[in-house]
Amino acid sequence: MLEHDVLVVGAGLAGMRAAIAASAAGANAAIISKVHPVRSHSNAAQGGINAALSDRGDAWEDHAYDTVKGSDFLCDQDAVEVMCKAAGQSLIDMEHFGVTFSRDDEGKLGTRAFGGQRRQRTFFVGDFTGQAMLHVMFEQLIKSGIRKYEEWFVTSLIIEEGQVAGVMALEIRTGEIFAIRAKTVIFATGGCGRVFEPSTNALIVTGDGMSLAYKAGAHLMDMEMVQYHPTTLAGSGVLLSEAARGEGAYLINKDGDRFMQTYAPNMLELASRDVVSRSEQTEINEGRGVNGCVYLDVRHLGEKLIMEKLWQIRELGMDLAGADMIKEPVPIRPGMHYIMGGIKTDIDGLTNIDRVYAAGECANVSVHGGNRLGANSLLDTIVFGERSGNHAAQAAKSSNFIKFDEEARVKEEKEKIQSVLDRPQNGDRIAKLRLAMGTSMNDNLAVYRDAKGMQQSVEDIKNFKERYKDLPVDSKGKIFNTDLIFHLELGFMLDCAEAIASSGLERKESRGAQSRLDYPERDDENWLKHILVKNTENGPELSTSEVSITQWTPVERTY
Amino acid sequence: MDSSREDVLIMNVTLKIKRFDPDGSSTQSYWEEFAVDVLDNATVLDALIQVREENDGTLSLRCSCRSAICGSCAMRINGQGSLACKTPASDAMIDGVITVEPAGNMPVVKDLVTNFDVFWDKIYQVTPYLLPEGPEPEAEYIASNESMLHLSGVTACIMCGACVSDCTVLEVDPSFLGPAALAKAYRFTADPRDGNENGVSTQRLKDLGDKSGMWDCTRCMACVTACPKGVAPMDRIMALREQAMDAGFTNNNGARHAQAFVDLIGHGGSLDELKLPVKTVGVFNIPALLSYVPVGIRSLRRGKLPSIFHKKIYEVEKVTHLVKKLEKANKN
Repeated sequence: MLEHDVLVVGAGLAGMRAAIAASAAGANAAIISKVHPVRSHSNAAQGGINAALSDRGDAWEDHAYDTVKGSDFLCDQDAVEVMCKAAGQSLIDMEHFGVTFSRDDEGKLGTRAFGGQRRQRTFFVGDFTGQAMLHVMFEQLIKSGIRKYEEWFVTSLIIEEGQVAGVMALEIRTGEIFAIRAKTVIFATGGCGRVFEPSTNALIVTGDGMSLAYKAGAHLMDMEMVQYHPTTLAGSGVLLSEAARGEGAYLINKDGDRFMQTYAPNMLELASRDVVSRSEQTEINEGRGVNGCVYLDVRHLGEKLIMEKLWQIRELGMDLAGADMIKEPVPIRPGMHYIMGGIKTDIDGLTNIDRVYAAGECANVSVHGGNRLGANSLLDTIVFGERSGNHAAQAAKSSNFIKFDEEARVKEEKEKIQSVLDRPQNGDRIAKLRLAMGTSMNDNLAVYRDAKGMQQSVEDIKNFKERYKDLPVDSKGKIFNTDLIFHLELGFMLDCAEAIASSGLERKESRGAQSRLDYPERDDENWLKHILVKNTENGPELSTSEVSITQWTPVERTY
Repeated sequence: MDSSREDVLIMNVTLKIKRFDPDGSSTQSYWEEFAVDVLDNATVLDALIQVREENDGTLSLRCSCRSAICGSCAMRINGQGSLACKTPASDAMIDGVITVEPAGNMPVVKDLVTNFDVFWDKIYQVTPYLLPEGPEPEAEYIASNESMLHLSGVTACIMCGACVSDCTVLEVDPSFLGPAALAKAYRFTADPRDGNENGVSTQRLKDLGDKSGMWDCTRCMACVTACPKGVAPMDRIMALREQAMDAGFTNNNGARHAQAFVDLIGHGGSLDELKLPVKTVGVFNIPALLSYVPVGIRSLRRGKLPSIFHKKIYEVEKVTHLVKKLEKANKN
């Protein structure tokens, strides 16, 4: 049988970092991903990565405070301390691996400004930092010689008598089902953006790990905290990086006014993302937008700077909106982008299930709380990817493989999949159900929310889950059956949608990304706490847990 | 689909898709046409996704980011290696039809999905990770922003395989490293952090000069045309050749061929096609020279053999002067 000490599910930045760390710590590590590693969605992180480098006068405490304030005080401060302290070394490691970071005049790493931070500490490669880092991480993965299961789709976590024993997986190219035995499993499967329509997220971002862990008993936490990014392109909903505002772009309404002067007089366009998105939505709702959008304007930055630092953004504008940003502003609006919530872990990435870990967007350590700062996501992936890889390798040393009946497991999984393939056509389609789910979520769990809307989504999702039980597929073949994959992914997404909507309804206040029209104020007395979601036979069961506060007392949040 | 614009127009597109069903009874690929209505600003990928979602879920293709960064959706659109998500449907229509085939130079798995193993095998062959020779600094390596910006032009490569799809050398010689792997190699040879303290990656340049390496490119430009990210792989291959010759790797057919061009032009003002092969393989390399005999005989029969007495051009000294001047400038 295939077996590994540490099996990482997902091969984006967090997953590859975890596998490399585990392998370096002496474990037999492997990585399994439904797409080739360089196709992962870490590619899409454009603007940069935050780190407070002490050799240029920055302090990790300052970075930590900006992060805590950005989170609207919902993050766990002990976790933020870990991340911000480790940031410098993690960044330098990436540079030594070969990332072509932009330099200053002395040849040292150069910075740009980013939202929600009082000083420049965002290191970058043009406007494709995530892509540059992902490809370099893949180079290091090749160097390490780690076994890669490319285009393998994990269908379930094997739990034997309450203990994790490995994963069941479908090799997409052959359609064969395998059991892979593992002492430890690290989920690094990214977010669940496709639960919403539209979303900036790639089509593969379907919450696989969140759902797999949730079904196996792991707790999801802060799932209501969904980030709407301020600058997504009208039409396709594709992301235009915060790098544009970091370099000095303006946001203007239909009258040409820089409306952020009203909402965040100090930080303007570089206030936290939740604040900027709310401001835009208010402008649009009050009739100062155009066709549901406001404008991103970089004309004053000049052609030279745009071509050197923002050229990919300009290309996107030309390809997808037909607008050349050197000459004209482009229409943008807030769009679903990131989920702060995820699988609850401790500072080593360990979930509430022994020897099951999570890192990156699918995890919630929690360092982002109610709102993630731009350029903290890349940092999160490499810091907690490395920590979980190290910790899992240590845990594997002191544990044995759990025995299970391979043949029976494979048979059971095959039957499960065959039953999906055998379903008769009933007029319903995967894309139809996914669009219905995405639209309900975007209607009711976007920038502004209220009880009525969220209740509607909770009901909708219940119905969608029923529809899903009879949902057929077109494609019955074994080899590269993407139709089957989409079907399985939709099942994962419905779990995530359910957790998001029910958590949003539960939190009766406005904090970070959750802005409730019926509860417009932050309520520290009752809601300075996390919401946990546990899977039961009767659906999601909600509870709360304390927020870790080490040195920063919550205060009113203005920018 | 977006409806936020007021001026949105619907456009009818016929997608002519080359399909292959590995589970089916036939081992042959076949063409199938789908007519779909898309928005006027839709990409070819949008149209394909619409077919998959609304018409036929059995259609397989790889796609993910929809914004030309993940590199999943490279395919041949109207015969040209392209990214489907970066190609506006309105630009690709020829009399209302867009012809879509899987990427070339790779085996087809299903429909538009190709087997990328042949692509990655070549990437692995160029030792695709940074190899600094000296001790690692405690902080970052000091490097100029210009050098990093230059490299970023190459690391913009998303490994989509559009260049490999359209490479004309790979079509006849599958062992050629190909445009993507050679551009990847250049990403290291041009990195001041790679190689010795002067940033010279000697071993890499030596290895890349071997058979099937940098000297096998025929400069057809197909990869430059196909690349959706402006990486211009062929230009990187030419830069590799310059680096290799600068590093002293001149004792091979490719380098001698390039040098022979310069020498012959500098001497006579035009190319002496009889001397070129001799200078390329070396005057004492009898087996290689004999291998040219059949070509020579065929040329002679068709009256295409160049004159044995190669004449210098009028005012050749001006050309000679120019070549010397250029060589001097290069040395500085």
